[in-house]
Amino acid sequence: MNYELVIGLETHVELDTKSKIFCSCGGHSAANEPNDCVCPACSGMPGMLPVMNKRVVELAVTAGLMLNCEISRYTTFDKKNYYYPDLPCAYQITQLNHPICTNGCVSVKTSDGTRDIRIKQIHMEEDAGKLVHGGNHSYVDFNRTSVPLIEIVTQPDFRSAQEVVTYLNKLKSMFRSGGISECEEGAMRCDVNISVRPEGSEEFGVRTEIKNMSSFEAIEKAIHYESQRHIDAIEFETEELVQETRRYDDASGKTFAMRNKETEADYRYFPDANLMPIIIDDEWLEEIKANKPAAVDEKAEEYMAAGIGEEEIEMILSSQKLTKLLDDTIALGANPKDTAIWILTDCAGILRKDGKTLSDLSISSKDLAAIIKMVESGTVNRISGKKILIAVIEDGADPEKFCKENGLDKKVDTSMIDSVIDEAIKANPQAVADFKGGKTKAIQALFGACMKQLKGAGDPMVIKARLEEKMKEQ
Amino acid sequence: MNYFYEMKKGGRIAVDDTILIKDAPSSAGSKMLEGFKPLFSAEAVTRLEEKGYEIAGKTHVGEFGLDLVGEFSYYNTQSGTLKGALAEAVLTGEVKAGLAVDMNGSPRRCASLSGVSFLKPTYGTVSRYGIISCAASGEQLGVYASSASDISEIMSVIAGHDSKDGTSLPDEKYDYSFNKDTSKMKVCIIKELYDMADEDVKKEIDSYVLALKNKGVQIDEISSSIFEVANTAWQILMCAETCNNVSRYDGVKYGHRSKEYRNIDELYVNSRTEGFNFLTKAVILYGSDCLSKAKYKDLYDKSLRVRRVVKEEIEKILSSYDAILTPVCKKSSYEAYDIKDAFEKVYKESIFTSVANLIGIPALSTGKLQFLGKHFDESTLLSLSCCVERKGE
Repeated sequence: MNYELVIGLETHVELDTKSKIFCSCGGHSAANEPNDCVCPACSGMPGMLPVMNKRVVELAVTAGLMLNCEISRYTTFDKKNYYYPDLPCAYQITQLNHPICTNGCVSVKTSDGTRDIRIKQIHMEEDAGKLVHGGNHSYVDFNRTSVPLIEIVTQPDFRSAQEVVTYLNKLKSMFRSGGISECEEGAMRCDVNISVRPEGSEEFGVRTEIKNMSSFEAIEKAIHYESQRHIDAIEFETEELVQETRRYDDASGKTFAMRNKETEADYRYFPDANLMPIIIDDEWLEEIKANKPAAVDEKAEEYMAAGIGEEEIEMILSSQKLTKLLDDTIALGANPKDTAIWILTDCAGILRKDGKTLSDLSISSKDLAAIIKMVESGTVNRISGKKILIAVIEDGADPEKFCKENGLDKKVDTSMIDSVIDEAIKANPQAVADFKGGKTKAIQALFGACMKQLKGAGDPMVIKARLEEKMKEQ
Repeated sequence: MNYFYEMKKGGRIAVDDTILIKDAPSSAGSKMLEGFKPLFSAEAVTRLEEKGYEIAGKTHVGEFGLDLVGEFSYYNTQSGTLKGALAEAVLTGEVKAGLAVDMNGSPRRCASLSGVSFLKPTYGTVSRYGIISCAASGEQLGVYASSASDISEIMSVIAGHDSKDGTSLPDEKYDYSFNKDTSKMKVCIIKELYDMADEDVKKEIDSYVLALKNKGVQIDEISSSIFEVANTAWQILMCAETCNNVSRYDGVKYGHRSKEYRNIDELYVNSRTEGFNFLTKAVILYGSDCLSKAKYKDLYDKSLRVRRVVKEEIEKILSSYDAILTPVCKKSSYEAYDIKDAFEKVYKESIFTSVANLIGIPALSTGKLQFLGKHFDESTLLSLSCCVERKGE
């Protein structure tokens, strides 16, 4: 029998805010030593009250907008109670009843086609600290305590590990481009809910949850292992499947059941009276929308509509720097399609000669736009444009100045071209004779001589066509 | 001895031990916080110090302010008539005023039994930053003093927005004037609560009422059963929130840690078993139960809905009256009793006080009675109290 995988994801993403979610401590990335970024509030001392970091709300809403969610205009916090030494207050502040975003959707494209993944909700919460074990003692490090997280909960809409990884990569690039999170090592953590069912069946199978994985490779392996374990259990009755929480062991490539206690825990959720409900009014929402960078998908569509090729789009969007350069150059009036080619072909080519890549590119959008516009308007030809580009990239030259100093913008009229061609023909009788004798390639030498005489000015196509005409007249 | 920790002889203000003062031992009357010294002072204390008020010291308080009148402090084992240490310091004139946290009416009862006044202001008007918090949704820092004018003076210093408290309201100033014209005011007495009080308490209330009438205040008796419902709801919310807020006292970070443990679970259980008194444990158990999955909807969630109903009901009464008048305690004095009876005793007695905590309205306890008023209308309560203070004039 064929089985279908059914997977839902809970993804925790650390937000890139300057301070923690409920106090003014810097994020833990600023910490050097354990308990460097800790204050009475985030270490659970009496007397301190949580005060909401507005930026967290804005980033969570931005994430929700990127994932096509409904944004709650009224959102509240709840307390989740459990004892663990890395949780200083013995409760975590999270959102249960009124999460900030609900009912979103994101499409995931794999070799099997495109699938829409429904987002159930996005909620804000605080991270816990961490335990360090050494000798006979365990130590607590509260640097990560109260670092802001968003948790993105999907519906059970994934049907393969490939879809899961594609989705996670998409989140990652979206959140990077949106300034929500750099998604560095460990800043994106997943709980994977997984079950299998006979193909065509509508009913869900027994579900297990694999907790707290951050490597995409491990997630893929864990899904493969766990789904096979489920199929084996059903096909060969190797074991009885129970709903439980499991952890993935990277060394053995297997999953193991965690203490049953954890799944049965009653977290005694209830509203946090220290934090007033947050009201997101039209004005604030519009402000967040206005500051939201376009999502990768929207950008891709925008580029495609402007005539940029699919391959070029992918290369541009893979880098925030190139995306910005392209956008800024277009904004200065350069043609989008040409600009993409100038960046990806010409700039990349110039850098490659010096053993560099596009990540080393340092041209300003102003200079690039100036060059492209000179070519587009016919002030210089493309070859001259490239010469200017080389001078700008390699020597930091000013495009307009370089162009004038080297006479690249010299206007070339037909009579001038004719006289140059005539001169070249006179000066190269051998080439003319060869051409007449059937060696058509001999015209190249004459063309080169003309171009040299014109110092690269003039449209090469026009010159070449005129030269061929004149030769035939000979 | 009223002081848990004495700081400055001749200081004009004392605070109870649920209020933090930088570097001074702060324990909320509990062994659980033995030796804990905070890194910062409560906002109200800071504001007073900035205005030149010196803090005389910290007075004993019942463990986490959960008891009737401060009778169950780990640090104060004196028995005898129960009045509350801070109320007594104000009564004897040792200090001009005192700051205390009113979570379940304890300071209002202390004031009533000692013969001083205590104002529990409107929720959100005084910062809760730096108080050892238990029931965040209803506790408020308030002021003890011998007169309405002294309360007014201290309130004007400590009230106003504080960005360190997310529940602090945005206004910078409130009206604490105490000499409004009371001659046209209307006050109602709640029959059900009046009837519950002992005869000697009733007698004192009667004479107070007479004094008010002589000042031209109109007094009506009305009937309302909402106070009993309000009390049950607040006891549920208060216990649940307290259970959650004291769960951070786990022996890991500060305060009491048991010497007997082999693993983290034993460290938690033994430290908390040794650190909390019987009443706190009862509150934790009751509160935890109210929050459990099985009972949440019927207890905690329903109490939140009751809170809304009570608010509407009280607002309705206060749309026809300037203030509500009720007793503060059933009796005029209390003797020491066994802590095992404390939970039930506090629960029953709180019927007089809990409505103010539940819906955040101001309450001024003076003599054997209290005035309940509209949100932000402390001025009316102070003026009513003030006009009777001068009854002998």
